[in-house]
This record gives sequence, structure tokens and C-alpha cells, in this order.
Amino acid sequence: MQKRVVFNNRLLPYALLAPQILVTAVFFFWPAGQAIYQSAFIPDPFGLKSQFVGFGNFEFLFSDPYYLASFQTTAVFSAAVTLLSMGAALWLAVMADRIIKGSGAYRTLLIWPYAVAPAIAGVLWLFMFNPNVGLVAWYLNAIGYDWNHVLNDGEAMGLVVVASAWRQISYNFLFFLAGLQAIPRSVIEAAAIDGASFWKRFWTIVFPLLSPTTFFLLVVNIVYAFFETFGVIHTITGGGPQQATTILVYKVYADGFIGQDLGSSAAQSVVLLVVVGLLTVVQFRYVERKVHY
Amino acid sequence: MAHRKTLAGLVAATILAGSTGVSYAATEIQWWHAFSGRLAELLTEQVEKFNSSQSDYVVVASHKGNYSETLNAGIAAFRAGEQPHILQVFEVGTATMMSAKGAIKPVFEVMEETGKPFDADAYLAAVKGYYTTTDGKMLSLPYNSSTPVLYVNRDALTKAGLDPDMDLSTWDKVNEAMDAVKASGSSCPLTTAWQSWVHLENLSAYHNVPFATKENGFAGLDTELSFNGPVQVKHIEAMGQWAKDGKFIYAGRRNEGGARFRAGECAFFTESSAGYAGVKAEADFAFDIRPLPYWAGTEGAPQNTIIGGASLWVMAGHKDEEYAGVAEFLNFLSSADIQASWHQNTGYLPITMAAYEQTKDAGFYKENPGTDIAILQMTGKAPTANSKGLRLGSFDQIRGIIDEELEAVWSGDKTAQAALDNAVARGNQLLRRFEQANR
Repeated sequence: MQKRVVFNNRLLPYALLAPQILVTAVFFFWPAGQAIYQSAFIPDPFGLKSQFVGFGNFEFLFSDPYYLASFQTTAVFSAAVTLLSMGAALWLAVMADRIIKGSGAYRTLLIWPYAVAPAIAGVLWLFMFNPNVGLVAWYLNAIGYDWNHVLNDGEAMGLVVVASAWRQISYNFLFFLAGLQAIPRSVIEAAAIDGASFWKRFWTIVFPLLSPTTFFLLVVNIVYAFFETFGVIHTITGGGPQQATTILVYKVYADGFIGQDLGSSAAQSVVLLVVVGLLTVVQFRYVERKVHY
Repeated sequence: MAHRKTLAGLVAATILAGSTGVSYAATEIQWWHAFSGRLAELLTEQVEKFNSSQSDYVVVASHKGNYSETLNAGIAAFRAGEQPHILQVFEVGTATMMSAKGAIKPVFEVMEETGKPFDADAYLAAVKGYYTTTDGKMLSLPYNSSTPVLYVNRDALTKAGLDPDMDLSTWDKVNEAMDAVKASGSSCPLTTAWQSWVHLENLSAYHNVPFATKENGFAGLDTELSFNGPVQVKHIEAMGQWAKDGKFIYAGRRNEGGARFRAGECAFFTESSAGYAGVKAEADFAFDIRPLPYWAGTEGAPQNTIIGGASLWVMAGHKDEEYAGVAEFLNFLSSADIQASWHQNTGYLPITMAAYEQTKDAGFYKENPGTDIAILQMTGKAPTANSKGLRLGSFDQIRGIIDEELEAVWSGDKTAQAALDNAVARGNQLLRRFEQANR
């Protein structure tokens, strides 16, 4: 039986909703509308004049092989970051969940990296792997591996993926741990009495019961990989070498703020908006069906 | 520090105004720049000197990040109607600023309208040329200009059994030296900073071949890149081969190579003349500055090299009395004393002939051999249409494209011809968009 609240004053519900709607309108609908409007123009950087080009900016984008390649780069990057950060976090959470003594210290240490800003995380990793001054690069060199992510695109991609995932592991760990602790002990103990091994219990009981958390984290991590990894990429590779690490959101920045091409930048934002919208729909329609609440 | 001084200046001005009974306050001039560290200290010194030399104007200098960030800050501020009076813009942003007709006030106009004495011919032709219209009108004031030179680690040459005073004027001779250095066990015979600027832009000017059509963009927005000619391909091919042979070590797009040279790892280093201060401060080996090498047998080579660095743009939309202050300050900056000490402290070029003469008369070049190489290299011949400079829209991004394609050559993914062809094609697309935006 649902409880229904009835407002006597007709205006009150609108007044109560107003702040949220206002925030959404100002910080989402207005900028999004601006981006759509601007994507039909090629303005000069100073905003002195602008040329109406209709869908010209989109035509320019989709005839650019580097832009199309950026979709693939983004897909590879997001998938790798999400898998790595969620996989590692789940493993750590399962391990931390079993610890009886000193678990508080372990958990605190594992959560720490989340407090590091993406740009700083990027610089930390860059200092370790910089081919000129990096400590890890130096050791790699000493054992005969010529590390140079400035020229090697595979190494560059690997480095930005690890640096981006590293930070997100803490966040995922926190949620996985909470999810694990919410699973009733009685279910697991019953399975243990029936003779199920640790991994058997994990795959048949724990993992399915954890699926709401996993699904939530999947959505959050993909959005993170799409948008928030900008700082890491900017500091470590600047999108190079040969655009091997230029993901969609980085290209929006590079074209808008380095190239001063605001028309193309706006068009790319619109494309990104559509892509993320589609991705969210797909996740909720197809992946969520497999989730047990 | 600067703020406190300014405040003191304002207080002093107010007291003065009160005592004479005239309503009066010093006019404030905002200057946004991209310098940090030692360069910012020297810049602050200049500003303080100007502020204490007169009482009508107070210049306030603010650091706005690196070159790209400073330009962005200026653009954003203009859009919000909060633009500074003077904005330091790197040479790559020149075309962007020039095309923004309503946003800038050309320097020659500022000088004309305020009636301040101004002689455009006092400036070095090779420096001024970058920032003037095709009919010789100065649009922005050259501030910090440098040109690429070859830094030589003399100890590395001696170790390789070479005479450190050997002839290194051509790339063939440098190549022979690199072979000897490599054979002596060096892991880094040659490295570079700013590869596009040194090994394509300056290479083209130095060999008197066009980097882009329409006089490198000076004569129109419908310019097209043309740095995929035989001279450039030959050079990039040679560099690619050197990279493969372990003779050329690529360190990064900016001046990452500098750390390796200053640490004594590398024998040769192509870098801006403004790198002098850093090398002098850090190098614990004997070093030498030589003119940038050229390819013997190319007609007209060596022509002159072109500049990099930044100039000062005056922004539109301010009051007349403020422009009078701007004009006075720009004149102060161009004065021989200021320029000579700037040149000697930083390795940047003196922008006027008078500053050069003054430095020479003071015996600076004798005491610091090699510091005049840059200026001789730039002024040796009268600039041609190919060596006046570059004026290309979206050039910051085009440099990024060139960097990417060159990296493909260094890693052996592409041939020099294929990489340069591709860079030209990709860059031309951006030029067309820039043309469209500024129609």
C-alpha cells in the first residue's frame, strides 16, 4: 500500500521542485542548448563574428579519420579503465572482507588514492615513467626494456589506463566492500556447511548478490572514463603519440582551447552528449536485466 | 611584492594629489604575461623601473599561465569585456590576433594617436618583420624573441677524439662528428627542443624554401602549407635515419631534451638562443654555441633563421589616456638600456639595433663567446618572402599535428615523405576552417 501525499496548495509542489529544476536548467539544459546552437556556427575566437554553417561542423568531423579513430580509442580506453579498476577493486574488497585484524588500517590505505586529484595522479605516474627522468623507466631500461611512451602508442595507452584506473580503484573498493558486508552471513555459512569452496561460494552466491553494486559501479566508471580522465591524459601524454590517447572529451578540449575552433568543439560536445545518452539507455535496458535486486 | 609596490605607488600618488589640491590618480595599465621563474623576476624589475620613473601611470603585471593559457585568458577576458591593456602572445598566436580586428589596437595606431615618438626602423628587420603588415606597419611590439642555434658539448667532442673547434657549419659535418661521438660510446649524440620550430619552420627559412604559400601566410588567409618539398623531406629523412641509428635521441615536443644536454649526456643540442641562461647555469662541462647547421649545396643556404618567442598586443576598448600610458610603457620597454640588459640576462635577442650596439660596445660578446651567434645568424642576409616569418591560423594546433607526424618518423612508423604529406593535408584543413571563421 503506497502512501500518497496530497498538497492542498496547488503551487506548493512546484515551489518545492523549483530549486532542483532551476539547478538542472541552469547547469544542464542551458549549456547543452548553447552547445547545440553553437555547433551550427564557425565563430572567431574573440566572438566578434560567426558564420552559420548548418551541419557543416558535423560534416567536417565525420570526414576526419582522426575523429572516427577517436571513438575507437575512447572505447578501448573506457573498457580497459573500467575493467581494470573494477576488477582490482573487487579482488581487494574480497580480500579485505576476510581480514579480521587491522582491517581498518587496510581499508583506510586503500581509500587514500581517491583523494588525489586527476592532474596530480597524472603527474605522479608521469614522474615514474618519464623516459628522461622517470625512476621506473630507468629501471626498465636497466633490465633491457626500452620504455618510451612518448613514441610508443601501446605504452602510452597502457600508462594512461593504469593511471586513470588507479585512482578509481579506491572508489570502487569502498562500494564493493559495503556491498559484500550487506550480504547475509547465514547464506554463505549455509553454503560452507554444504561443502562449497571459497571460490564456489563467491561465484554462485556473492557475485550475483553483489550485482546491483557492480551495475551501479559500471555506470559510474564508464562515465568517469569518458569525462573525468581528462586531467590524467592532459598531464601524461597530451593525447599523443599520434593521437593514440586522444579520447573524445580530450579532443573537445584540444580543438576548443588549443585550436580556438569553438564551432567544432561545440559539435563534438553534442556528439558526446548523444553517445553518453545512448550508452546509458543501453546499460539500463540490457545490462540491468541481469541484475538481481 | 609587485602588488605592495603598486599600492605604495597609489598611496604616494594620492598623497601628492591631496597636497596639490588637484583631483588626480595614476592611470592603471594591466599587462598579462606568460613568464614564470627567472624571466618573471626580470619582467617585474622592468615594470618597477617604469613605475618609479614617472607618476602618471602604474603598470600592473599579472602572470596568466603558459603561452596558450595566457592567450586563452585574454580571449575569455575580451569576451567578458574585462580585457587587459597589454597581452603577451606567442609568435604562433600572431595570425589569430591579427585577424581579430575589433579586439586589438595595432601598435603603430597607438603610437600615432598618442603622438609618442616611434621609429619602426629602429627595430631589427628580422624581428620586426614577423609582427608587421606586408606594407610595413607594426601590429604588435616584439618583446622576447629568440632563434635556434646549435649547442655543442665540447668535452664530448674531445672524448671522441675530435677537435672541439672543428667546423660544424653543415649537417654533413655534424653527422661525421656524431658518428665519432657515437663510436666513443655516447648514448645521445644529438637531441633537440621544439622540433617543428627548429627542424621545419627554421629549416625552411634557412634554406630559403617556403613553409606555406602566399609568402608563408603573410599575403593572405588562403595560404596552404608547403613544407613537404625536397629540402624538408631530405632533412627529416636524415633525422629519421639518425634516430634509427641511435644518433638522434628524441626527448619530447617542448624542451625536454634540454635536461639531457645540461646533464652532459648529449653532444649536440638544437635549441633556442634563449636556452643560454639555463645551459650556462647548469652545465658542468665546456660548451659552445654555433650557428644552426645547414645542408651544403642547397641554393641560397644559409639564408636567415626566423624568430620564436612572444610580442605584446594592445587590446581594444580602453580610454585614450590609458593608451597614452601604454604607448609610453612600450617606448620604455624598447629603450636601448632595457633591451640590452634583457638580452644579456636571458639570451633573447635585442630587438633594436641600438641595444645590440650597446651590448657590443660594453664588451659582452667578447666575455661571453657565442652570445652574438643568434643575432648574426638572423641579420646576416635581408629576409626573403620565405624567411620573414610565418603567419598561419590555428598554428598552435598545426604544430601539434607536425609533432605527431614527426614522432611517427622517429619511431620508424612512416617515411619522411608520407609523414610530411599527411601533416600538410591535415594542417590545410585547419587553415581552411580558420579562413572560414575569419572571412
